[in-house]
Amino acid sequence: MHTLSLNELAAGLKARKFSSRELTQHYLTRIAERDGALNSYVTVTPEIALAQADAADARLARGEAGALTGIPLAQKDIFCTEGVRTACGSKMLDKFIAPYDATIVKKLHAEAGMPLLGKLNMDEFAMGSSNETSFYGPVKNPWDLGRVPGGSSGGSVACVAAGLAPVATATDTGGSIRQPAAFTNLTGIKPTYGRVSRYGMIAFASSLDQAGVVARSAEDAALVLQAMSGFDPLDSTSLERPVDDLVAGLGASIKGLKIGLPKEYFADGMSAAVRAGVESAIAQLKTLGVEFREISLPNAPLSVPTYYVVAPAEASSNLARFDGVRYGHRSVEARNLEELYKKSRGEGFGAEVQRRIMIGTYVLSHGYYDAYYLQAQKVRKLIYEDFKRAYTEVDLILAPSTTDVAFPFGDKSDDPVAMYLNDIYTIAANLAGIPAMSLPCGFSEGLPVGFQLMGNYFDEGRLLNVAHQFQLATDFHRATPKGF
Amino acid sequence: MSLTPEQVQQVAHLARLELNAEMVPTYAQQISNILAMVDQLSAADTQGVSPMAHPLGLTQRLRPDVVTEPNRREAYQAHAPAVEDGLFLVPKVIE
Repeated sequence: MHTLSLNELAAGLKARKFSSRELTQHYLTRIAERDGALNSYVTVTPEIALAQADAADARLARGEAGALTGIPLAQKDIFCTEGVRTACGSKMLDKFIAPYDATIVKKLHAEAGMPLLGKLNMDEFAMGSSNETSFYGPVKNPWDLGRVPGGSSGGSVACVAAGLAPVATATDTGGSIRQPAAFTNLTGIKPTYGRVSRYGMIAFASSLDQAGVVARSAEDAALVLQAMSGFDPLDSTSLERPVDDLVAGLGASIKGLKIGLPKEYFADGMSAAVRAGVESAIAQLKTLGVEFREISLPNAPLSVPTYYVVAPAEASSNLARFDGVRYGHRSVEARNLEELYKKSRGEGFGAEVQRRIMIGTYVLSHGYYDAYYLQAQKVRKLIYEDFKRAYTEVDLILAPSTTDVAFPFGDKSDDPVAMYLNDIYTIAANLAGIPAMSLPCGFSEGLPVGFQLMGNYFDEGRLLNVAHQFQLATDFHRATPKGF
Repeated sequence: MSLTPEQVQQVAHLARLELNAEMVPTYAQQISNILAMVDQLSAADTQGVSPMAHPLGLTQRLRPDVVTEPNRREAYQAHAPAVEDGLFLVPKVIE
């Protein structure tokens, strides 16, 4: 059952080949037997899952089931789930039981009827590219247990790649959906900024954070993204704009579609394995009638330095709320209020989070604000204008997702700059707020290679359709890791 | 731009973070490296460019000033480190 697509699972449920309870129990059993090797779940919720499965079975019996009713899903542990621990990979929130549901949690479980399997491991406060910064220990890549699954959505990709959930939510502030999807042979999409509600999603960098999905195909991703998307009055940056029918859009021909290849992304910097995979994807899309042309995004090389000003600045402000007073970790050593703040935060945050808080505090401090923060926001505008110009010439943009295949544990964990440069191809889409996705295009010595598609604002539907047409013509995305 | 261990301590103070003393030299080195990478931005010509705060240029929506939330004080204080009579407790502030 764990190799079926979401449409196949839905058909099986509707035809009574299996019940949602049986399907959910199948996944719970697989998690119990196999997740010890991966560490992808930090909390498994069997009682909730089975109760929601029973409710889904009742809906199915009444003929009131939607496209996803009864199919289980796992949530990245950044989304608040009422009554369930929501720790965001941090000691700071290790004992935090969320008192309310994130909007997407309501949409996917209460409304769509998907049983919640559990909460997934991640880099602490989504800050990391390898899942090594989690308080709950690193997640292993199911394709090679000695390598990272990518981050920050490491648990999300590992569990879906290993068949320990049919599909999972994830978030992407600088590449945290696309890079791990590329490392684990999955299809992951970050929609347009504001498309999916951020209400109840623990904030890292609010102008960049966006929720999305990691799945085993573009078709699966479209089904779940459809159910997650839409205007939410509880999120002040939510888009007041109707959502396209992403699933109905999957049949369109892509003949004559114009895709741009930004020369800055194809310069030196990617490994031979990634180059070979991306070039084979371009050749495949040409056979489907796509036209390619070279474009330029001249400011794209500045996206990593821009991001490492903007994101830490926003993080240092957002994480100021963790003060040991209202919720989260509180030091028992404090003798006065200042010590309470300092010790609680010093004990509760790990090294990567502390580094980013300090960078953010520094670039926002008096005397440095103009040189760093204001300049970064101006360069961000230049990056945005590059994309605006490009989309007058082409419909979509194709690029690598990552510089190389998944790297071994410890490879970059002592060198933050090397770790940050790993996200060089994904960050620009967050700075501009455009939708982007990664999907599989090959293997190198048994490790997956992905490529990236970036779309114009609100163009998730076209992105997913191009990915779907590519997946109808290829079967890289069907490969699963040995042993799972 | 590079930061000395003393400057790291000052930034940590501003951020209300107590650092593990052993980590301070490492942080100073790492943050200096990060700032050196970020310094590429100073070469960009941004004369006449307005800073970008939101990708779609949207501004914050306003809503009518009416009470919409129920009082859930008990639920929101259930996970607080220390409360008494509906109030959050902190160490004594005024002597």
